[in-house]
Amino acid sequence: MTPQEILDKLTSQFGDAILESKLDVAQPWIKIARDRAEGICLYLRDEPSLQFDYLMCLSGVELSDGNLGVVYHLSSIIHKHKIVLKTVCSKEDPHIQSASAVWGTANWHEREAFDMFGIIFDGHPDLRRILLPDDWEGYPLRKDYKVQEFYNGIKVPY
Amino acid sequence: MGILDLRLEKSNIVITSLDNLLNWARLSSLWQMQFGLACCAIEMMAASASNFDIMRFGVIPRATPRQTDVMIVAGTVTIKMASRIKRLYDQMAEPRYVLSMGSCSNCGGPYWEHGYHVLKGVDRVIPVDVYVPGCPPRPEALLEGIMKLQEKVRQESIAKKSA
Amino acid sequence: MLTEFGRLFIFIILGVIFVAAGLITAWLLRPHRPYPEKLATYECGEEPIGNAWIRFNVRFYVIALIFLIFEVEIVFLFPWALVYRELGLFAFVEMAIFLLILLVGFAYVWVKGDLDWDKPRPEIPSIRRTMPAESVGAGHTGTGLTQGAK
Repeated sequence: MTPQEILDKLTSQFGDAILESKLDVAQPWIKIARDRAEGICLYLRDEPSLQFDYLMCLSGVELSDGNLGVVYHLSSIIHKHKIVLKTVCSKEDPHIQSASAVWGTANWHEREAFDMFGIIFDGHPDLRRILLPDDWEGYPLRKDYKVQEFYNGIKVPY
Repeated sequence: MGILDLRLEKSNIVITSLDNLLNWARLSSLWQMQFGLACCAIEMMAASASNFDIMRFGVIPRATPRQTDVMIVAGTVTIKMASRIKRLYDQMAEPRYVLSMGSCSNCGGPYWEHGYHVLKGVDRVIPVDVYVPGCPPRPEALLEGIMKLQEKVRQESIAKKSA
Repeated sequence: MLTEFGRLFIFIILGVIFVAAGLITAWLLRPHRPYPEKLATYECGEEPIGNAWIRFNVRFYVIALIFLIFEVEIVFLFPWALVYRELGLFAFVEMAIFLLILLVGFAYVWVKGDLDWDKPRPEIPSIRRTMPAESVGAGHTGTGLTQGAK
């Protein structure tokens, strides 16, 4: 299916949850509303003509205007088509619906996005830090991150 | 009893002979706790393989701290790992030594400036005896580090050192 | 001068001295500086969780028991083999009866399955699938990644 057909199917099903899209680039993307993310992902996975069964990557982003976002790279092994989904949230209210009930791999990817950016995924079964120690302060990949001076008595910077 | 723990007043021929015997026995069988964390581990494995053969120095890799004399910290030490290294160093039996291999465990290495998660040198958590520089150090450099540690062991004495 | 048992006694004494000398030398030489972190249970650097005394499977005990019984049988065979030449046919028949009785026991243990080392049956997990096993577009020619008309 072409990206235009995928977009048409999504808008006919969800209408106002589809916010924006850009389809004439090398990786066509569709921006969706953050509080309907799980429903849209479930539809993308289960609908017989779409069947996006493979979540290739889920990564957190900090955009140039200071908002946080999540980018999903989906592909279908059966139909051999790909699409990119984007969601945006602000730093004051960093909540996005979790996709871990739809694809199992989203579990650890969302934990990494939480660890690095502080994005909280609603409905995630076990949201805690995955790479850094559990009592680390701050979210390192944000642009305004400052390294803490001491961690448990160990000096952190050089 | 602990003859190795005695600090005798005067040094004489008996003491020095005993020193030489004990030090020779200890430096010829420095069993290492292989602590390969990152790329330096590959060079440590190369040193243990047949071409450079660290075992001809008596250095046998053991996986547990209870049976080892020297801990070779090879690779980048993250702050999450630092507490485990401290605990494992505590669980080693005296006399124990630490050899820091590679720039990452010497001083943080290439991650010194921006690495928020990297411990800038393993000597921030445990006392280090020998530093082997390199990124990664060649196996011959690790062998030289082992030999330097052997020289350090050779200097030890059960007589008290006067100023 | 010494009897055979005397020689054996000297052998045992020397064996005990050999082991004791090593242990006593180590006790004399080694430093003794215990502190709580050093005495903690080793768990690869982590805080130890749970008890180190775990339950073993009973198959180890069964195998060891069967081994012990047949080991004793072999121990009986050794002196019999040494004096077989003097005793002749009588010894042969007697040992054959002994072995036959133990063979009955062996056969019982075998048939009962006590010698089997249990292999777990592989459990094939059942997964919830909502998608068909074969591709819907099977038989469609061309490279799969084109986004053209399907």
